[in-house]
Amino acid sequence: MIAKITYLIAFSFFSTMIVTTPHRHLRTMRGVDLADHGFGGRLMTSLILKRLGIGLITVLAVSVIIFFGTKILPGDAAQIRMGQQATPENVAALREKLGLDKSYVMQYLTWLGNFVRGDLGISLSSDVPIMNLISDRYKNTLFVSVLTAIIGVPISLMLGIMAAMFPGSLYDRILTFISVTLVAAPEFFTATLMVLLFVFALGIGNAVVVGSVEGKGFFELIAHFALPITTLSFVIASQLIRMSRAAVLNVMSSPYIEMAILKGVPRKRIIFRHALLNAIGPIVNVVALNLAYLVTGVIVVEIYFGYSGLATLIVQGVQTRDFVLVQGLGMIFCLTYVILMLIADIAAYASNPRLRHPK
Amino acid sequence: MTDSPNQNEVIFEAKNLQISAIRDDGSELPIVKGVDFKVKRGEVVALIGESGSGKTTISLSALGYCKPGLKFAGGEALLLGKDVSKMSTDELRPSRGINVAYLAQSAAATFNPSIKINEQVTESPVLHKTKTQAEANEKALKLYHALELPDPENIGDRFPHQVSGGQLQRLMAAMALCGEPDLLVLDEPTTALDVTTQIEVLKAFKQVIKEEGAAAIYVTHDLAVVAQIADHIVVLYSGEVKESGPTDIIINRPQHPYTKRLMNAIKPLPEAGQGESSSDEYLRKDPALATKDVDAGYGGLDADGAPKIPVLRDINVAIERGKTVGIIGESGCGKSTLARVMAGLLPAAGGEVLLHGETLPPALANRTRDQLQKVQFVYQMADTALNPRQKIADILGRPIEFYLGLKGAAKRQRVDELLDMVELPRQFADRYPHELSGGQKQRVNLARALAAEPEVVLCDEVTSALDTIVGANVIELLKRLRRETGVSFVFISHDLSTVSNFADEIVVLYAGRVAEQGSTDKVLSPPYHPYTRLLVSSVPETRIGWLEEASQTREAKAGVSGAVKLTKQGCPFFERCPLAIPGTCETIDPPQRLDGAGHIIECHREVSELGG
Repeated sequence: MIAKITYLIAFSFFSTMIVTTPHRHLRTMRGVDLADHGFGGRLMTSLILKRLGIGLITVLAVSVIIFFGTKILPGDAAQIRMGQQATPENVAALREKLGLDKSYVMQYLTWLGNFVRGDLGISLSSDVPIMNLISDRYKNTLFVSVLTAIIGVPISLMLGIMAAMFPGSLYDRILTFISVTLVAAPEFFTATLMVLLFVFALGIGNAVVVGSVEGKGFFELIAHFALPITTLSFVIASQLIRMSRAAVLNVMSSPYIEMAILKGVPRKRIIFRHALLNAIGPIVNVVALNLAYLVTGVIVVEIYFGYSGLATLIVQGVQTRDFVLVQGLGMIFCLTYVILMLIADIAAYASNPRLRHPK
Repeated sequence: MTDSPNQNEVIFEAKNLQISAIRDDGSELPIVKGVDFKVKRGEVVALIGESGSGKTTISLSALGYCKPGLKFAGGEALLLGKDVSKMSTDELRPSRGINVAYLAQSAAATFNPSIKINEQVTESPVLHKTKTQAEANEKALKLYHALELPDPENIGDRFPHQVSGGQLQRLMAAMALCGEPDLLVLDEPTTALDVTTQIEVLKAFKQVIKEEGAAAIYVTHDLAVVAQIADHIVVLYSGEVKESGPTDIIINRPQHPYTKRLMNAIKPLPEAGQGESSSDEYLRKDPALATKDVDAGYGGLDADGAPKIPVLRDINVAIERGKTVGIIGESGCGKSTLARVMAGLLPAAGGEVLLHGETLPPALANRTRDQLQKVQFVYQMADTALNPRQKIADILGRPIEFYLGLKGAAKRQRVDELLDMVELPRQFADRYPHELSGGQKQRVNLARALAAEPEVVLCDEVTSALDTIVGANVIELLKRLRRETGVSFVFISHDLSTVSNFADEIVVLYAGRVAEQGSTDKVLSPPYHPYTRLLVSSVPETRIGWLEEASQTREAKAGVSGAVKLTKQGCPFFERCPLAIPGTCETIDPPQRLDGAGHIIECHREVSELGG
């Protein structure tokens, strides 16, 4: 069990690496002034197309790893689905029906083809189409992550940028202390603090998220998910604050910022007009990584507050040896990463005047 | 600022000015040790000295600014009578950009890459409310015209990367002048430019300073530039004033020994007769390294096998054994690319690179260890070329072990010999690169190339990042190594003066083509290729009034406004050439004019037309 979870974690980490690597590669490519060599307006389009291509290759590569990675695990899908009592004949019949008697390559192609059409197969443990399992859960995940993003991201960025405006000040030091503490604190610890503070000390909110989201209005939903959203906001805030502060400070040491100081430009304008424009690239990157985490990595928070989302679903899949479920969710997580990183990269390209306005 | 026409009005005065660096342990290290000087209205005062003399730090004090890690430690910096060294950033803000403006060394780094030029040029007066946006735009447009920028109506709408380096340098002047400051602080504003660009920028600066009636502090290490632009010179060494006085006196009758040393370090003008030829002992007629019809470029190959971004076209160069070949040209001409092709770092797209008459595989990866050993590369920036986490003994030991197979004590002995060879103490073997000065690091960099016992060493701008005096010492070392080892050097530089007193032969590269090549004396005496003539006539002389004469020459008039542009056919210098023959030069590749003694000029003009 532990081995399997380790495997799963290593596996998702590996996929993430693949997703982010081509992006770094392109980043260095930008250092070469392609724009200076008369590539013209096609440059931006060709870069985006190239990036799309890399994203597609990444998804395919991850699909290979997911499919054959789950095949390595012991156990046979037909056997698992039929249970211990099944006769060999029954199992063989199901194997044939599921296409498990065909070669791995054929199985992979069929599986990939079904995935493209939106058919993720049927769960081994519950005989329900995976799509149904997921659609029950994604509403919770989506609501929590979107709200966390809407509340957490802008506040964190503002705090980080303000820290960069006054580096070394009391405000900066306090914020650094808090955000470093939060980075170090595990999610369940932050969650416990939230529960202690709000539920027991202040008497507001629920320690456990119970009941269906059906039929609830927007504000009822916020109250419903208040504590998980707060906890997750703290978790992503720490990294976003550190990174946006570092990105802006990095730009603040450029000669053009010194020039702005020597031109008598006020500090506020230096940050918001001169520095921020050039820090967009690294900042959108961190934001995208954190958003991907909100969709795929919030296992502890989901379990702690007892609401069911996508992250707990994949853990359940591993526990029940439901390979088909793990495969489907793995692909969905991969797509989430690839799409978010794609958006971040295109935003970074768009913020680069050399690409937007070639010579 | 024209409201006070009093020529004797003191704009800036440093009185016993002291600035200290704050060390990690909190103690203070004096950097500027009690400096006094005055700048009057309409006057240009030059601060000269080597790096580390505190000249930039002193010039920034006029803005009440200290670089991070420095602080004012005493004395006064009086700008229009107010001591700016004791004012806070908020108190200083109204005068920055309006009373005093700053021009930095690198305009490319000083312009914000994400904001359009005009907004940056007009930002200061608009923010300080001394001008409305419309008034500031009008002023900027006037300055664009005065600075002879191309397409002045629209240049402000571009982003900084969309204009050339020389144009950006002039735009920075417009940015400084837009607020009509009383005092301009110029920090090495032409040092990073090619000589041809330097002339036009200097001319523009000088004229605009005069027309605007501003005063200026001009920081530089280049005495030739000072002679053109300054009225008054302050010589600095280690944070102290060694000598100061009118330009004429300092240049022609220096008193202080340090000033005399600076004057001696001025490189002689590139003329025939300086080239020190290599000793005959190692000379052989067969070329050690040669290129044959080499084409190269970046960005991959297109359908017909040519690079997408062509840089070099039909390069034929031969480096004879034991000789030094200088490669010169402006930035963007393909000098470094040629060295990279020879080294195999950039595989040639067409043609061949020959070592001892044998064709070398184009790519580094396919060359044998033997072939690799014979061609070594020395990079411009020793700082980035030396691994900061390796000791000098390891840096030099690796090629010794790799190419010569020496280990243990034998390797260590070879390291010691190499250090002796580049005139560094043997104890340096146990130091890290950051414990060495810039000149010393460059020597280690050279020693590393020599460790392989090569036949050809490719030196890419190895003295460009060094101070004049340090750079001159490295050249002396190279001369000695050439005499003692018989290694052939390919010496790439944009600095014609350095090349002319070191190289046996010179290759003049323009836009990826050889314009002229031959022995140093032949190349630097008539007949010239028109481009060589432009380069030679652009090297500033330490003579007052030279700038005005130089900008009147035929070459300067035709050549200054151009930028290096690569063409697929014909002579790429066509657009900047005073002797261009329209209809011929831009369409047909120029013929080689040979004199029979290895001197080649590629030009449509007859040799007789290129003389005199």
